Amino acid sequence: MNPRILYSIFIRDFRKQKKRMTLTIMAIAWGTISIMLLLAFGEGIKIQMDRNRKGLGEGIVIMWGGRTTIPFQGMGTGRNIRFAEEDVEYLQRRMPELRHVAGEYVRWGVQFKYGDKVYAERVTGVYPCYEEIRSHYPRAGGRFINEIDMEQKRRVVFLGHTLKEKLFGNEEAVGKQILVNSVPFTVIGVMQEKNQMGMYNGPDENKASIPAATFAALYGHRYFNLIIYQPREFDNMEGIERRVFEVLGARHKFDPNDNQALWLWDVYSGAVEFNNMMLGIQIFLGLIGGMSLLIAGVGVANIMYVSIKERTREIGVKMAMGARKRYILVQFLVESLIIVTAGGALGMSLSYILTEGFKRVPIESEVMDFMGRPTISPEIGIIVIIILGIIGFVSGIFPAMKAASVNPVESLRYE
Amino acid sequence: MTAMIEMTGVRKKYNTGKVFFEALRGIDLTVAQNEFIAIMGPSGSGKSTLMNIMGCLDVPSDGEYSFEGVNIRNLSSNALADIRNKKVGFVFQAFNLLPYATAYENIEVPLLFAGMKGKKRKQRVTDLLDQVGLADKVDNKPTELSGGEMQRVAIARALANKPNLILADEPTGNLDSKSGEDIIKLFHQLWKDGHTIILITHDMNIAGQCQKIIKLKDGQIHNGNNSIPK
Repeated sequence: MNPRILYSIFIRDFRKQKKRMTLTIMAIAWGTISIMLLLAFGEGIKIQMDRNRKGLGEGIVIMWGGRTTIPFQGMGTGRNIRFAEEDVEYLQRRMPELRHVAGEYVRWGVQFKYGDKVYAERVTGVYPCYEEIRSHYPRAGGRFINEIDMEQKRRVVFLGHTLKEKLFGNEEAVGKQILVNSVPFTVIGVMQEKNQMGMYNGPDENKASIPAATFAALYGHRYFNLIIYQPREFDNMEGIERRVFEVLGARHKFDPNDNQALWLWDVYSGAVEFNNMMLGIQIFLGLIGGMSLLIAGVGVANIMYVSIKERTREIGVKMAMGARKRYILVQFLVESLIIVTAGGALGMSLSYILTEGFKRVPIESEVMDFMGRPTISPEIGIIVIIILGIIGFVSGIFPAMKAASVNPVESLRYE
Repeated sequence: MTAMIEMTGVRKKYNTGKVFFEALRGIDLTVAQNEFIAIMGPSGSGKSTLMNIMGCLDVPSDGEYSFEGVNIRNLSSNALADIRNKKVGFVFQAFNLLPYATAYENIEVPLLFAGMKGKKRKQRVTDLLDQVGLADKVDNKPTELSGGEMQRVAIARALANKPNLILADEPTGNLDSKSGEDIIKLFHQLWKDGHTIILITHDMNIAGQCQKIIKLKDGQIHNGNNSIPK
């Protein structure tokens, strides 16, 4: 088929039913916009939530000592399980499948003093790997606690950004001395700002971190408040959990099946579940958008049926001239695809302009920390194009099949 | 030489659910190459149905029809479309040109279906326009043409793929007598060039210029192959 003829047929149809064609194209554009924007909002929320979630850390399991509920090797129930430094080393040694194992000490109501400013806040004694696994990334010019700080039990402190603002305001903090419970500490770094969705003991931005070794020496804590581990592979979180129960059970003499002996918060599996939930929400949003696109598709099918009715005689003439059924089919299919393509392109460009515009509107709000900004990802574009293609094809194929199946003799007689 | 058209006992029944109607009731007919035949008969006598079957636009309900020695009973709808495209040219009373296309584009249609390539196609369309004397109307749309001119475009379109058989259903029915005469002259020229021509007409004067007249009544041929000496 000559594309020029197809084009001129389309233009003629367009002129003849300008209003109807325009409305149909607008309907497709509207459907496209609604599906695009809904998906873009879903994507924005997902990206933001992901970012917030990473505030706590990625791929980690947080573990607290519990209390035994099953008698084991002659020992009764109700024993408290607590972790000491040796437990961290033991786990590191016995479980090579763990990339990082770290303990954390916590103390509340610690006095922070700089100049004439005094605040009571929380201090944690942590391991150097917290930078990576608990997203304690330093701002430029600073650093996090390292191995040498641990070995030498240095009195260095890493400040959460809110705590830093309180003590120093806009002043540079790195290198300054502050008093922590009257003991001088050197500030080595300030945490980058982050949104933190999951938390225990409170947000990281309000606390200070010091080397765990320093903490133990200074405050005489014998036991960690919690242990965090991160496996090398994430495909067997439950197996690793079982193994932790076995390894620690052997050491602390509790039944490995005693689920109350240790309390575990699997942040990684929580994230997987969360992602699945977000995917569900996005599919739901996509379905709602898809509905309006579907209705627009019905509009296309409708206009095609009308167009075919009006051109019955033309179809008959073409068949008399030797058009195979396939040519008639393709002609009408292409026409509906042109309508859908025009509407889809219009809708996609409008949604792109809208989301880009929305990104440029400066809104400072807590809601934004949660909602994020609508974002059109390449995947969304591809999904919408596929849906448009399917709708264009389905709304075109049935009218086109009807057109191709007309009886030439009757259509030539048709007025 | 095989006959162009060979029909034995051709019947065509229409069953529209409530109404049963037999348009053709046993047609036996042979048309040789390069004949010039008029079909006459009152309306409803089955003339158009007969012509549609001859042109493979329709198939008989009963009986045998061979086109150039090929029984069309076993042909697929694509094969029938190809026969209509390459071996038959239709001319209609109402011209049936595509209203949005120019004379050039209208004539191009069967060539497009035949898959003829660019330059060759352009040459063929130009030749056809010359042949029907409309070389200066290339870019005119049907609304900008007179009735006679429209029918010439339609004839050029029918001739596009050099078909042997030209079928014309009352080609002069919508024309004034002068234009009608011109069209008939054109048919005579085509006949001399070797085409087989079958036309439906109510005009005895036109029928009189043909080699033969077939008179149809109630779906049957009433005068067989009566030749009219002229």
